Amino acid sequence: MEPVSLIAVTVIGHDRPGIIADATAGLAALGLNLEDSTMTLLRGHFAMMLICSGDRSPADVQEALAPLTADGRLKVSAAAVPDEDGSGDRSRRPYVLTVHGGDRPGIVSAVTGVLAAAGGNITDLTTRLTGTLYVAVAEVDLPADADADAVGMSLRDAGAELGVGVTLRPQETDVL
Amino acid sequence: MSIADWTEADLGVPGRVLTVVRAPEPVLAAPSPPADPADPAIVQLAADLVATMRVSPGCVGLAACQVGVAAHLFAVDVSQHPKTRTAHGTFVLCNAEVVEATRKEKGREGCMSVPDLTGDVKRATRLTVRGQLPGSGEELVVETDAFEARALQHEIDHCAGFLFLDRVAGAHAVFPRQTYL
Repeated sequence: MEPVSLIAVTVIGHDRPGIIADATAGLAALGLNLEDSTMTLLRGHFAMMLICSGDRSPADVQEALAPLTADGRLKVSAAAVPDEDGSGDRSRRPYVLTVHGGDRPGIVSAVTGVLAAAGGNITDLTTRLTGTLYVAVAEVDLPADADADAVGMSLRDAGAELGVGVTLRPQETDVL
Repeated sequence: MSIADWTEADLGVPGRVLTVVRAPEPVLAAPSPPADPADPAIVQLAADLVATMRVSPGCVGLAACQVGVAAHLFAVDVSQHPKTRTAHGTFVLCNAEVVEATRKEKGREGCMSVPDLTGDVKRATRLTVRGQLPGSGEELVVETDAFEARALQHEIDHCAGFLFLDRVAGAHAVFPRQTYL
């Protein structure tokens, strides 16, 4: 049996009802299976990314989703991606990072730079701008041997230079 | 006395409605210094917090930093809220601290100082708090649960310079506010 290939699909552009229905109908017609997907509105723009699997080429996907792009207001991309082990490194510890303060350029890069220097890996990130308030919330895996208090202190120092508040706390998971 | 017997009339001064400040106002992101319960300015501020809370639709608690004053006190009144179980009516506490907190549950919170966002925050649903009454300075212990416990933790966080945003459960736990009261 041929190995099943993975294709990463992005759809971004003008929002309207029915984009997901149309896009997934195109993928289903090709016999593709949705593995992971995420969709949100970014400043009112529709934005979806997904990984699908099946014995099809990216060109097939691009062709199947071409009707979505017909009016020029949505962009679609499809690319083959290798299989990644999505289980993550279980020796790492999950934390939640919040940054909030007055909006200015460079907040995310300064804070994430501190995390990267500490070997922290961001697994999820949401940022929002409402009025003059900028908020970023990230889920971060720190190496098991990282000193989380020291990382938190470095993050607060970086935040203080930018005039933003930063908190780093363990992510609480209830296993039932 | 029991906190449930306290009313703002005990303060002896009428409250004034103050302007509520919004993030990113720096006063919201810094720990508030202890408040002297006997200081007439703090007694007036306590009355002002109650008055401001009362005129703000849906408001169940207000910390001093939310009206731009760095002082460790807040007003709470959850008695009209549908999620409330135990309620002690309207009260103001100075220098309140959490003594015991158990049985965490997730709930969605909003804040007058972050008017456009809400967030899912885990808070203890059984809570014991110790604080002082404005005016007399009498130290009281408040034991409560459910929504009053959530409100108290939210306000004590304000006094420590934290917003609910600093407590949200993860990257997908912050939401644009859907309903404005």
